[in-house]
Formats: sequence, C-alpha cells, structure tokens
Amino acid sequence: MLNNSDILETIKMLHEEHLDIRTITMGISLLDCIDPDINKACGKVYDKITKTAENHVRTGEALEKRYGIPIINKRISVTPIAAISAATKQNPVKFALILDKAAAETGVNFIGGYSALVHKGFSAGDMELIKSIPEALSQTERVCSSVNIGSTQAGINMNAVKLMGEIILESSQKTANNSCFGAAKIVVFCNAVEDNPFMAGAFHGNGEPDAVINVGVSGPGAVRSAVAKMPDASIDEIAEQIKRTAFKITRMGQLVGAEAAKLLGVPFGIVDLSLAPTPAIGDSVAYILEEMGLEKCGAYGTTAALALLNDAVKKGGVMASSHVGGLSGAFIPVSEDAGMIRAVLDGALTLEKLEAMTAVCSVGLDMVVISGDTPADVISAIIADEAAIGMVNSKTTAVRIIPAIGKKEGEILDFGGLFGSGPVMAVNKFSPNKFISRGGRIPAPLQSLKN
Amino acid sequence: MRAVITVIGKDTVGILAKVAGICAADNVNVMDVTQTVMQDLFAMTMLADISRLEGDFGVFSDKLKTLGTDLNLQIHVMHEEIFNSMHRI
Repeated sequence: MLNNSDILETIKMLHEEHLDIRTITMGISLLDCIDPDINKACGKVYDKITKTAENHVRTGEALEKRYGIPIINKRISVTPIAAISAATKQNPVKFALILDKAAAETGVNFIGGYSALVHKGFSAGDMELIKSIPEALSQTERVCSSVNIGSTQAGINMNAVKLMGEIILESSQKTANNSCFGAAKIVVFCNAVEDNPFMAGAFHGNGEPDAVINVGVSGPGAVRSAVAKMPDASIDEIAEQIKRTAFKITRMGQLVGAEAAKLLGVPFGIVDLSLAPTPAIGDSVAYILEEMGLEKCGAYGTTAALALLNDAVKKGGVMASSHVGGLSGAFIPVSEDAGMIRAVLDGALTLEKLEAMTAVCSVGLDMVVISGDTPADVISAIIADEAAIGMVNSKTTAVRIIPAIGKKEGEILDFGGLFGSGPVMAVNKFSPNKFISRGGRIPAPLQSLKN
Repeated sequence: MRAVITVIGKDTVGILAKVAGICAADNVNVMDVTQTVMQDLFAMTMLADISRLEGDFGVFSDKLKTLGTDLNLQIHVMHEEIFNSMHRI
C-alpha cells in the first residue's frame, strides 16, 4: 500500500519545489540522408525527422497527463550536420533552415545538432559549417549549434578556439536586436558527450542508435528544500540527504523516459541526472549552496560545496536509473538561476570564481553575459581556459557566453522565459592576443603521474 | 491499473461526494480513502482503480482538475506507478 506521506512529498516536490522533467529529447541519426545534391539531402533530412518524431510531442503531453508531472521541453537532436553537409560542398545554411522547418512541423521548441567535431582538426565540411553558424542562427528560431574543440585524448584545437571566439561575437552581433540570442544557441565543448539531451549542446553522436530517447531531469528546488530542513546537520548528513533526493528525482526520469521510449517504439538511451535551474524563485543551484551555509554563492567555500553537491547528485542518481549519461551533475548557468544572478549583482560571484566552479560542476561557463565590446580573442582565451579544465580533468566543459552588444558592465541583458536575464560580468582587460593567434594544437595531457 | 487522487484545500461540504461522483460517472472504482481535516484544511488521498475507466485518462484528470478550480481546491490525479518508482527500490 502506498504511504500517505510519500504521496504528499511527491505532490509537494512537483507543485511547490518546481520538480519537473526538463526535457525529453529524441536523438535521430541523419547518416542515411547524405547526398551530394543539397536539395535532395535536405529533403531526406526533413522526411526522416518529421517521420521519426511524428508523435514525439504528443507522447510527451500524454505522459504529462498520465503521471501528473510537468515535462517542460520536448526536443530533437540530430547527427552533427557537418558530417551530412560535407558531401554537398555547399553552404550548409540550407540545412539549418530545413532543421528549423522540421522542428516547427514536429512541434519541438529546439533542435540541436548544427554541429561540428573538430577537436583534432577540420575535415571536409567542418570549416564551412562553423563559418555559417552566425548566419544559420540569425535566420532560424529553433536551431542550436555546438562545436567540440578539444578532448582529453586529442588535446585542444587552438585554430578552432580562435575561430569560435569570432563566431560567437558575430552571432551576437547578427542577433543584436533580439537580445543577442544567437550566441545563447552556441555551445563550445571540450569532451562533448554523444547523448546529451540538454540544449543548446545536444547532438546525436555517431555511436548512437538510429533513434533514441534521452531524458533530462531537474529539481534544484527539491534539493534545496531537503537541505533547508537540516539547519544543524553535518556535511555527511547533507550529502546523504542530497543522494536520497537525487534518487527520487532520477527514478521519476527513468519511469517517464522508459515509458516514452516504449510508446514511441524507439530504444531508451539515458537519464541525464542534471540539476538544471530555472529563473523561478527557489529553483536555483546557487540557493542550494547558500542553504549549506554560504552567505552568498561565490564566497570562499563555494567550489567545495558545489563539488559535494555534484558528487552526491551522481551517487544518488546512478542507482535509480538503468542507464545514466549525458552531462549529469549540477548546471551553473548564470542567467537561468535567480541565486547566481543575485550573487553577480551583489559582487559575490566573479567570472574567475565561476571558472573555478566549472572544474567541479557538470559542464562549464554557461549563459554568462559579457560586454559587447569584448574582443574576439578574449572570448577565445576564455574558451581555451575552460577547455583546458575539461581536458586535464577528463570531464566535459563548455562555454556558452553572450557578448551583449551595446551593453556595459553592470547592465542587464534580458532573454525572457527559461533563459532568464544576465548581468554583464566584468572581464579581465589584459590581452591574450599573441597566445590565441599562434594557432596549432595543445597536446593531449598525460593520464598518469597525476598531481 | 490504479491512480492516486489527492485533494488539498479549504474544507467545504461535499468534497468527497463530488470527487467520488466524477469517478463513478467514468466507471472508476474508489478502493481506498484517507482523509484528514486539520482546523479547516482538508487533505484527502484516494486510491482508485482505473482499469475499467471509460474514456481517456487525460480527460478524466481534466474533469477533476476543473472541479478543483471550481471549489478552490488543489486536485491532482497521478498514475500509481510514479509513487512506486520514486519511493520503492
């Protein structure tokens, strides 16, 4: 028999603490759509996506009703388009337009995979795709882009790092009249994963099945509330409590993901155990850290508290799901987290501290707003630093940074909705120009003699 | 297949009857009811058999949600599996 207090706990988590399934993402391989004729290739891409994901949104909505759980986003990720567009030897923007059209037809709010993997070098199609990103993102509404520029096995492609600084700035400039939103749809990765369900960095890796369902759970509010009930507990007890809460959250994701996969007739991939904050009051990772005893997120101790949180979430979630993957951990996007925004405005959280936090969080510098007059080589150097943290620590790191055109430090760039609003953060004024312009590749790091 | 119906809000006359009425109309059999009234806050948990539900689960759930809005109560209808998976290993 069900226990009354368990039932009420679940209701409270869902309705007061903003627990939800953040995304059900269908990964679709486009490898069978390759064609030297770009119009034929685009036709195949459109047909494959709209056919495979025909019932995706409807199924998500039915599961929402059945389980009484909000499923915030239904999305699609596809094979990195550089691999599909290479054979056409033409400007790949046509693919972005067709992806946008297919996304609108299926009803998903984002489609990820306008991507290239260039951690060791550029192959046919990669350079064309990267150079077309600003145009593609300014002409489409739902397309998201990502570029993998480094990995622990390959090192860091510094030519790609240099290029991505320029591409991010140009994307922002091209969408300046739309809150620079173009830059919010690009993620630059080191050690990108093939099964990430979260945007903007989702793409469908080549090792994946033809179609797959991946689920991203959320729930910073539920974790915060659990920690808030333990004002005098020791750190061990807090870690234990976070594990328990993460277990419950993940079980919910596992159930919904497995059921969605069954209804759609595609294999179930993974649950991404991430704590993904939203701008809603209380649904903040920063507030969890503050609940642990920090006056403000960004104070000394923040990195340690985040390390504990990230680890406990994984430990609790791993047993709750048959397959865990994606990025799995605590996200720290600035503009999407009310506590992070507050910490920046109060001067508690700087870009340097944020960078340190990314060494122990699940991804990296996320939804960080900087001044629109920041030079491209400075953005490239920020990417290089972040990639180095990922490369050396064998973890995924990413940069999603938005140069706010026409805005200066202290002003706010407002995106609206789940993307929130970000204060323009201070950037170190000294130039990395010479280092960035050298080009080449940072060699892969040693995997032994670790100190 | 069973669903859990929870009702939380200010106590008024006939809440249980109205919820049970909607269940009966859709051929949903109420199997167990726990209810408490603390001061004037009403909290009820109902376990119902939906295997012979006539019509769509979503429509049934919407009917109860509409009743909740009319009576100024929070009514949630959720499939039993969700509680089993979250609270049982």
